[in-house]
Amino acid sequence: MEVKRNQLSAWLYLLPTIILMAIFTVYPLIRSFFMAFAENYNYMTDTWSSIGINNFRIILGEGSEFLQYLKTTCLIVIISVPISVVLSLLIAVGLNSIKKLTKLYQTIFFMPYVTNSIAIGMVFSVMFAGDKSIVNYVLELLGIGGQNWLGGVSTYGNHASYVSQMTVLLIYIVWHSLPFKILVLLSGLQGIDKQYYQAAQIDSASKFTVLTKITVPLLSPQIAFLTTTSFIGAFKEYSSVIGLFGAKEGATGGHYDMRTIVGYIYASLTDLNVGEACAGAVVLFVIIMVFTLLKNFISRKQIHY
Amino acid sequence: MDIKIVHLTKVFADKDQAEVRAVDDLDIVIPSGKLIGLLGPSGCGKSTTLYMIAGLLSPTDGQIYFGDDDVTKLSPEKRGIGLVFQNYALYPHMTVKQNILFPLQNLKVPKVEALERAQKVADLVDIGSLMDRKPRQLSGGQQQRVAIARALVKEPDVLLLDEPLSNLDARLRLQTREEIKRIQRETGITTVFVTHDQEEAMSISDEIVVMKLGVVQQQGKPQDVYNNPVNKFVAKFLGTPPINMFNAEIVDGKVMIGEEAIAEVPFENQEVEVGIRPEGFEVVDGADSGAFSFVVEQIEFIGRDKSIVARHPNCQTASFRFIIDADIQGVEVGKTIRANVKPNKRYIFHKVTEKNMELSSPEELEVVEQVEELGE
Repeated sequence: MEVKRNQLSAWLYLLPTIILMAIFTVYPLIRSFFMAFAENYNYMTDTWSSIGINNFRIILGEGSEFLQYLKTTCLIVIISVPISVVLSLLIAVGLNSIKKLTKLYQTIFFMPYVTNSIAIGMVFSVMFAGDKSIVNYVLELLGIGGQNWLGGVSTYGNHASYVSQMTVLLIYIVWHSLPFKILVLLSGLQGIDKQYYQAAQIDSASKFTVLTKITVPLLSPQIAFLTTTSFIGAFKEYSSVIGLFGAKEGATGGHYDMRTIVGYIYASLTDLNVGEACAGAVVLFVIIMVFTLLKNFISRKQIHY
Repeated sequence: MDIKIVHLTKVFADKDQAEVRAVDDLDIVIPSGKLIGLLGPSGCGKSTTLYMIAGLLSPTDGQIYFGDDDVTKLSPEKRGIGLVFQNYALYPHMTVKQNILFPLQNLKVPKVEALERAQKVADLVDIGSLMDRKPRQLSGGQQQRVAIARALVKEPDVLLLDEPLSNLDARLRLQTREEIKRIQRETGITTVFVTHDQEEAMSISDEIVVMKLGVVQQQGKPQDVYNNPVNKFVAKFLGTPPINMFNAEIVDGKVMIGEEAIAEVPFENQEVEVGIRPEGFEVVDGADSGAFSFVVEQIEFIGRDKSIVARHPNCQTASFRFIIDADIQGVEVGKTIRANVKPNKRYIFHKVTEKNMELSSPEELEVVEQVEELGE
């Protein structure tokens, strides 16, 4: 009797969340799955002609823009995730070994996390765009020579290459994703017993050995967590593209279209191509799921405790 | 190789920038090939001393010599030491074998030789069959052996152990301390270990160093230190059950506890404290023989011996405890009994300096007394 009442009140407490989740998360999830397979879906009348895989055939078919966006997204994932994890690890280890002004440095490194990504994107485009941009100025000084990074009219040509646009985008994404990773790794580092390092010192381990044989394995739970979340995050990359290339995402003004999958989904929705948007979402879902399962399979062997 | 510690001092600054002298002008010599126990209550600076010998802490002042070499400024990896941490600090992600091999890999020992040495040292500490386990799959005692193996595998000149038995249960502790003694004897390596457990230190050390508040109180063979404590602190710190302390007075060369003279000493009249070891009482029959009388409060049989809890008005604690042979008759609860005090089991301590008066020169007792008076 008592148990039953307890259970009842537990469900009662959960009810508001459950209702909200059901309306705004679970239902749309199921619905979008369905809509991905509905052909000629009419958003206004909620009608469709038949159920089939036509939407997928369109977006994955030859000459489809979607494949280009998929390629951009995958490039972002494959390049930015490893770089940002390794970089944040090195910075975290460095920060952890600093004795003075640790708090100040931690604050500085955490700044990008609390700054609006569109604002950062604008700053980046100022830094990179045009003849007089600071990056080109520095490159000229170093004798490397500037580039047309983001398109538009410039002395370096009126078109930016895919590579240079991708470079800027990757720098932006990596830089923006560092603070959270550094924070997680720092707290992980501070949780490691100092005696392991003393033991390693007595065992004549070099700094490099300590990093690779002790710090990284002991941080493996945090590294695995960060790898998973940033894989998923990078597949959903969107706001960085908007921040750098504007709402048109680079479709105009002499630069390449840097749209990502999420960007494509948004654009399709605005064009009322609901079926194609949903099909894109399903493809993204499948990719993320496969990656996550793969990662879980690998990390079961790699995480040490 | 012997270790010489000269004027070693370590000062820590605490939060309020006040100085704490963890180790104060320490002078000890650790003889080659011996097992030495650094003994003292927590906060006496024994671990700090060990970490300075290891090189993980740098001394504020003083020198450390390994043989004839001054190693004071040498970094830990260059000192040729093995250190076993209190909680072992085994690398959790490595197997036993990888843990033991780790120091050798860093020293670039060829793989075949390294494996051979690792197996040899693992067999020495009796974990040769556990090489592929991870530390968390081992019991506390096994983990400790791995830690010792890891410390020994690079064949160091000095082995340092920080509270080696504190993480083990009572039975394992007995077993492991014999094991440590055996390993030390087989390798003949100069070994220093730190402990707050006097029984542990006494049972396996060749020599013990008793410390208090960063200052060495006494160094010597365990039995010597136990039998001839230089001061009240050492006397009280060693022995279970602990020594019994009485307020006493010297009158005309006689040590008086209350109305009874328990010993004769060549000192002037003064108040003193008397310590009597639990095994220092000789119960005698009859109401008039025997120097010392007291009321029996409780009797406990502990196999071969009887442990007697008794009461005396001059005792510094509510009751005191001593041990007599179980065969002795006539001891009953509530009865007043008489006993002689064995002369080698009782110590007379100076009231102010707390030094063992029979082991101190008159100057030693005087000088400190004057300082004490100036302070007042």
